Amino acid sequence: MKKGWVSYPYIFWMILFTLVPLLLVLYYSLTAPDPSGNSVLTADNFRRFIEPIYIKVLARSIVLALTSTLICLLVGYPVAMILSGRDLSRRNLLVLLFVIPMWMNFLLRTYAWMTLLDRKGVLNSLLGMVGLPRLNILYTDAAVILGMVYNFLPFMVLPIFSVLSKIDRSVVEAAEDLGSDSFTVFRRIIFPLSFPGVVSGITMVFMPAVTTFIISKLLGGSQYMLIGNLIEDQFTRVYDWNFGSAVSIVMMLLILVSMGIMSRYDKEDMGGGLL
Amino acid sequence: MGKHIIELVDLTKEYDGTEALKGINLYIRQNEFVTLLGPSGCGKTTTLRLIGGFEKPTSGAVLFEGANINDMPPYKRRVNTVFQKYALFPHMNVYENIAFGLRIKKTDNAVIREKVAAMLSMVNLEGFEKRSVESLSGGQQQRIAIARALVNEPEVLLLDEPLGALDLKLRKEMQLELKNIQKRLGITFIYVTHDQEEALTMSDTIVVMQQGTIQQIGTPQDIYNEPKNAFVADFIGESNIIDGVMLEDYRVKFAGHVLECVDRGFGSNESVDVVVRPEDIRLIHDNANLLQGRVISVIFKGVHYEMKVSDENGFEWIVHSTSMEPVDTAVALTIQPCDIQIMKKVRTI
Repeated sequence: MKKGWVSYPYIFWMILFTLVPLLLVLYYSLTAPDPSGNSVLTADNFRRFIEPIYIKVLARSIVLALTSTLICLLVGYPVAMILSGRDLSRRNLLVLLFVIPMWMNFLLRTYAWMTLLDRKGVLNSLLGMVGLPRLNILYTDAAVILGMVYNFLPFMVLPIFSVLSKIDRSVVEAAEDLGSDSFTVFRRIIFPLSFPGVVSGITMVFMPAVTTFIISKLLGGSQYMLIGNLIEDQFTRVYDWNFGSAVSIVMMLLILVSMGIMSRYDKEDMGGGLL
Repeated sequence: MGKHIIELVDLTKEYDGTEALKGINLYIRQNEFVTLLGPSGCGKTTTLRLIGGFEKPTSGAVLFEGANINDMPPYKRRVNTVFQKYALFPHMNVYENIAFGLRIKKTDNAVIREKVAAMLSMVNLEGFEKRSVESLSGGQQQRIAIARALVNEPEVLLLDEPLGALDLKLRKEMQLELKNIQKRLGITFIYVTHDQEEALTMSDTIVVMQQGTIQQIGTPQDIYNEPKNAFVADFIGESNIIDGVMLEDYRVKFAGHVLECVDRGFGSNESVDVVVRPEDIRLIHDNANLLQGRVISVIFKGVHYEMKVSDENGFEWIVHSTSMEPVDTAVALTIQPCDIQIMKKVRTI
């Protein structure tokens, strides 16, 4: 290829900030300090992860991430449909309204939920005012799922919206013309055509949801343990970088596998899920 | 001829306050090949979409076999549409595309297979069942779109500029093919195009539209030979349109000369449009009392030469002839009385 040199800075960037850190993580995961303080090659870090306590953390992370992904899909698909159904001028405004919260800091948004959901928070004050019982959902699974759904919903809506709004109006009309009522049009035409968007939406929600540690820490409480928190603890509290790296590698493999599965469902020409 | 299968009664359609259709009245007989012809924005596609059910009329009615179908959704109408850009389903192969309508009707699989095969052979695409529609050429996609609509055996087939994206040669082939299909199946075709030649080739009846109104309804011969006004004359083929004055019955004055014609019934000294087809003018060398001019350009068009002749008043006549007069030749223009068409002046904005 001509002018290949224009990609050199990119390659340099990739090596420096992606490949090197990855190799470092891999190195740490496969080594452990011996009593004299030298690093030796070992698989102990991975063996340690198989203990039930950690597997439980992994399972819980996956279940919560799957649950919030499903909720995002159920909420996000109709939202995307409503957005794409508007005419152009109004559509852009609605999308903007939808995206604006994303401009705010992620931490800030999650903190906001803490004050909303707190025992003496805004939500409970309102409930108390109308004489309803208090809702103690802060520091529960429900709060964590709520936080995930709230934070990651745009990542579900936007890819689906973009695919939906590219569907040629005349294809829908053709289906109506050939005898489909609106439900059949959805089932036979709109949903299959939007499937690539659904796939990338699922991928884009599941991945951050399964690795998050902020949401679980703030809304689940300091004792709440997801795989992201486990990794964070190893690096920032326990200082066992080797085990932390091993868990990270496991996590990465998990994501790779789930992306592989998703891309199988993706149409070869419409995708863009991988990379 | 057959009964009126579709009738449009005082049909109007507004989009955001602008009138796309200004109260048109039209009936379409069974087994007729009707073409809605006009420049873009004339309301022809809107008319088709109203018949297909994709738009609701602002006022007026669409009647199908005498019954008002204004509020009937497209999927209940016994008409099918061939869309301008084919609108094939990209996630289905050729077979599933054609089978779509039958599957919706829960047709038996064996019947579907039989009918799809019959349709594919009708459009000369046997063996294409498993192909993805995106791998097909424009002409092939067009045929699939036609097959997909016709497999449902509609009473009326609506075609929205279906050949617009094809090259000239393919378009001509498809014109004939469509006409044959229509004759063979005896289905009513309502065809929208802006291509006058296409309209003349295929139609039983042409409806010329402009700015949301119908200008003329007639057979291709009527429309071509007896255009009702200057717009129709100009739109259907090339024409020389010149201001004239009807002196009395059978005598018209234009370009400074009084000529005999075959029209009557105008007021005396009424201002009219005079229309002369380029192929109806003969150029001769004669200094007699004829309209004199000078050839200013010659273009070879294949079958004929197209010459522009500037007359003594500076009006530029377009003349088609198989014999060529070189540029700058002085010529006289002669026109047979029956080739002079006189039209009432219409005020088209």
